[in-house]
Amino acid sequence: MKGMTIIVKTISSWVKMLIVLFGIYIILFGHLTPGGGFAGGVILASSYVLLMLAFGKEFVQKDLPLALDSKLDCLGALLFAVIAVLGLVLTDRIFFTNYLYQEYLPGKEFELISAGTIPFSNIAIGLKVGASLFLVIFLLSTFRRETSANTKE
Amino acid sequence: MYIFYALLVFMIIAAIIAIETKNLLSAVICIGALGFGASLMFLFLRAPDIAITQIVVEVLGLIILIRSTISRDLTFISGDKEFFGTVVSVVIIFVIFLAGVKVFETLPDFGTAVFAQVPEAASQTYIKEGLQSTGAANIVSSVILDYRAYDTLGEATVLFTSIIGATVLLRKKAKKLLEEPDL
Repeated sequence: MKGMTIIVKTISSWVKMLIVLFGIYIILFGHLTPGGGFAGGVILASSYVLLMLAFGKEFVQKDLPLALDSKLDCLGALLFAVIAVLGLVLTDRIFFTNYLYQEYLPGKEFELISAGTIPFSNIAIGLKVGASLFLVIFLLSTFRRETSANTKE
Repeated sequence: MYIFYALLVFMIIAAIIAIETKNLLSAVICIGALGFGASLMFLFLRAPDIAITQIVVEVLGLIILIRSTISRDLTFISGDKEFFGTVVSVVIIFVIFLAGVKVFETLPDFGTAVFAQVPEAASQTYIKEGLQSTGAANIVSSVILDYRAYDTLGEATVLFTSIIGATVLLRKKAKKLLEEPDL
């Protein structure tokens, strides 16, 4: 049997959606409550690490292939850069200015739609941090197993 | 002004020695001297936060590089510890301890903001005008994604580069990853 015992598997399959929800909440409300893209991304990555520990690597590979993961990583970095560069296009040539708050979408203070580009930057950072952290953990664990298999031979 | 030129000459000499020397360990030590010169330069240019980062990265990098070169270059230090060397190192540790005590005396009391004494400090401006000028209720978020968004872009770049490095370095051993068609 791959992975851990059935108790760990059942509990982690219940808990995983709660962890993902908590991560998404931390990312989306990063401009209102403590947290943000970095913290939420780490929480998202930890949910997949929990799945990887409980069910084994093959299960996670089926759920989130490495190619898709690296694409999500690149997408997050690209989104953040696009948000920054749009400031050059939409306003009078200021990199990383908060153009949405100043001109297009002021929103209301202390509400979800506020603060202009900050929530979008949080989403991009969260995507990037989550994908890349999970990628690093997955690569390191694969590397360790391969080297231990080599030394056994 | 002369201190900058002195540091610059020192750093250039260290860089030339690091390139030209045949011994790996002395090259690593010259790289360390170069990095500490750079951190001193930042300190004299009144950028203490960058100087602290530079020193921390330099110490870590130096330890890792020395560890990796010592096992490769086989320059072991043999022989018993001399009495004089022990005395000197104990005295140096004591002097550093005294300097640390002096530094801790200059720190402000626990719980008081350092920059509250300086009304024109940047942090005071963020606290006062953060909500009006960015609209974000979380002031940390408004600092890292609006006022200091360049920093965050740099951090994202560091993360991206480290992912690329990990993927490339670990690919040799992990053969399964090589078989994946589009990674």
